[in-house]
Amino acid sequence: MKRIITLLLFCALSVNGYASEGGALQSADIDLSDKESLQRGAKNFVTYCLGCHSIKYIRYKRLAQDLQMDEKKLLVQIAPQNAGIYDQMFTAMNRHDSEKWFGLQPPDLSVIARSRGKDWLYSYLKGFYVDHGAPLGVNNTVFPDVGMPNVLWQLQGQQQAVMKMVEGKQIVEGLVLDKPGTLSEKEFDGLVTDLVNFLVYVGEPTQLERVSLGKYVLLFLLLFLGISYLLKKEYWKDVH
Amino acid sequence: MKPSRLTLCGEWILERFPITKLWEEHMAHYYAPKNFNFWYFFGSLALLVLVNQILTGILLTMNYKPDAKLAFDSVEYIMREVNWGWLIRYMHSTGSSAFFIVVYLHMFRGLMYGSFKHPRELIWIFGMCIFVALMAEAFMGYLLPWGQMSYWGAQVIISLFSAIPVIGDDLSLWVRGDYVISDATLNRFFAFHVIAVPLVLVMLVFLHIVALHEVGSNNPDGVEIKKQKDANGIPLDGIPFHPYYTVKDIVGVAVFLIFFSVVIFYMPEMNGFFLEHANFIPADPMKTPEHIAPVWYFTPFYSVLRAIPDKFAGVIGMGGAIVVLFLLPWLDRGHVKSVRYRGGIYKKALFLFVVSFIILGYLGTQPPTPVSTVIARICTAIYFGFFLLMPVYTRWEKLKAVPTRVTEQPTLEDRLRDAKKIYEEVTIVLPATPEQATSPLAKCTFFRRRPNPAGLRNAAKRFAKILKTSLD
Repeated sequence: MKRIITLLLFCALSVNGYASEGGALQSADIDLSDKESLQRGAKNFVTYCLGCHSIKYIRYKRLAQDLQMDEKKLLVQIAPQNAGIYDQMFTAMNRHDSEKWFGLQPPDLSVIARSRGKDWLYSYLKGFYVDHGAPLGVNNTVFPDVGMPNVLWQLQGQQQAVMKMVEGKQIVEGLVLDKPGTLSEKEFDGLVTDLVNFLVYVGEPTQLERVSLGKYVLLFLLLFLGISYLLKKEYWKDVH
Repeated sequence: MKPSRLTLCGEWILERFPITKLWEEHMAHYYAPKNFNFWYFFGSLALLVLVNQILTGILLTMNYKPDAKLAFDSVEYIMREVNWGWLIRYMHSTGSSAFFIVVYLHMFRGLMYGSFKHPRELIWIFGMCIFVALMAEAFMGYLLPWGQMSYWGAQVIISLFSAIPVIGDDLSLWVRGDYVISDATLNRFFAFHVIAVPLVLVMLVFLHIVALHEVGSNNPDGVEIKKQKDANGIPLDGIPFHPYYTVKDIVGVAVFLIFFSVVIFYMPEMNGFFLEHANFIPADPMKTPEHIAPVWYFTPFYSVLRAIPDKFAGVIGMGGAIVVLFLLPWLDRGHVKSVRYRGGIYKKALFLFVVSFIILGYLGTQPPTPVSTVIARICTAIYFGFFLLMPVYTRWEKLKAVPTRVTEQPTLEDRLRDAKKIYEEVTIVLPATPEQATSPLAKCTFFRRRPNPAGLRNAAKRFAKILKTSLD
């Protein structure tokens, strides 16, 4: 018996050991009901990301509805020039060029928050550091050998990695801001949070509606349960 | 008075179609044992989920495109632009997991109360056919969203056919319709998922219920209620299915729907168990994901496959894990149905089986490590041991006397009262501190209760005694 317990414990520990290998992620403090954060996120996404990445499963019209913005205002303030309100959010970069420049077409980011999770996105956007050996001059703590340049470098500044040798391998221990950018660290964190917030929203635009509808459905079902239980009791009185 | 037009129409039909007879045979005069417990909800719940899957499935096909170029887009189109499309899709995706949950619990009920034993062997066989059809249905349906996990999961499972000697490669090519999973595979899986397998499934469910109503339902005591009848030929322990069990099943439906809705509205991905994270990346034949795992309901069998070192032997093992379930009625040599009157050895075996099944399921979701492979092998051995050693160990059982009539069990209200008594026994109430006394919570003793060592010891002793007599 003891042996089995030790074995089980060992198993549990080894599983934990495996999970921690991926590197700890920073947690993104997002709030989907914060429409202003979503609006800032949308604006920054169009400015910094839409150049290469599409989010083709969403239309500008939907953005205007969900972010509670006037359609004309959205087209002027957020959407790129000449975008129509019914357009999907395509990137301007065509496939041919992107394959020439980056070797592949940058992925569509509509559901990236659902496959990667908010914390991964937050850590990824903050995890770029200078690596002269890499083709684009940067590397990333959560996405080693990343194929994307640090598009936010002007805002964030340049980060250097503090390396550590573990079992003969170089491992990033921490990042240090080398050259400051145009934003302070706190402002930059806020910008990344807005971006992640926006991407989480884009991943499933109905999620706020879904959650707010849930309580009415459950309330009804609880009522239904109560009545059906009383009905059952009434019928079963003569059985026992 | 002249009969109304409606009554006349009704009579016109009744003269030509035996609705009354069917209703009486299967509902109003179908006598079910009166002592069904919690475990007897899952049959009707499985039927409910089947109807849910068919209805939401029909609605989904109206907007889904079975085309490798369009499939992923069309699913997101349903999620975003179709009115209530998100709800329909979540009902369908959560429904598939719910289907397996209720079916696994339904099967466990059968194992516990010997519902597979004489004279219900054929019901069990039909049920197992439903289970196999359900697995085929779920497997093919999972390819349709055309995400990475859909694609590579199907790739891995279909490549298993190629492990069969001689015809393997040709067979897997024939199943796929291409050298890799492709548009051709997607189209044929769509055809199977949407019409072929559901038809088979509905027919099997029909056969399952007809066979059940021929011999009558088993019950937690494993007593044949038809052996004790009153003067009118009605079983003494039987009650008409309608209205007694229809109203009872409605309560079960309500509880089930509460859990179902919590998942749909608050956690439709269920942390990657019901909708896997990697399936939100469109299928890419050039990029293999780091870790390919089937959805949770297949993982116990996937674990068996991985636990066996040789690929072909693994395929045989995985198939065998399902085939062996078909043989259950003939493997079990015990003469008592219900676990209530079976010997301790069957209870221990069943417990070990359930634990190993759950461990196998968990390990199947994780990437293999040397330690987990060893554990998976042990659990695989227990899984097969439970069935293959059954002819031996069920002969050794010390059986208890089975009553001739069904027994009276404590009701839900009784159980709640007992639970409250035990709670009061194992805790003591601390006297309120002055600051607590002023708070509005002063009347409630809940926050001032602390564990009571003596009460705990007594309760544990009682429990151990019950366990010992039960497992003897």
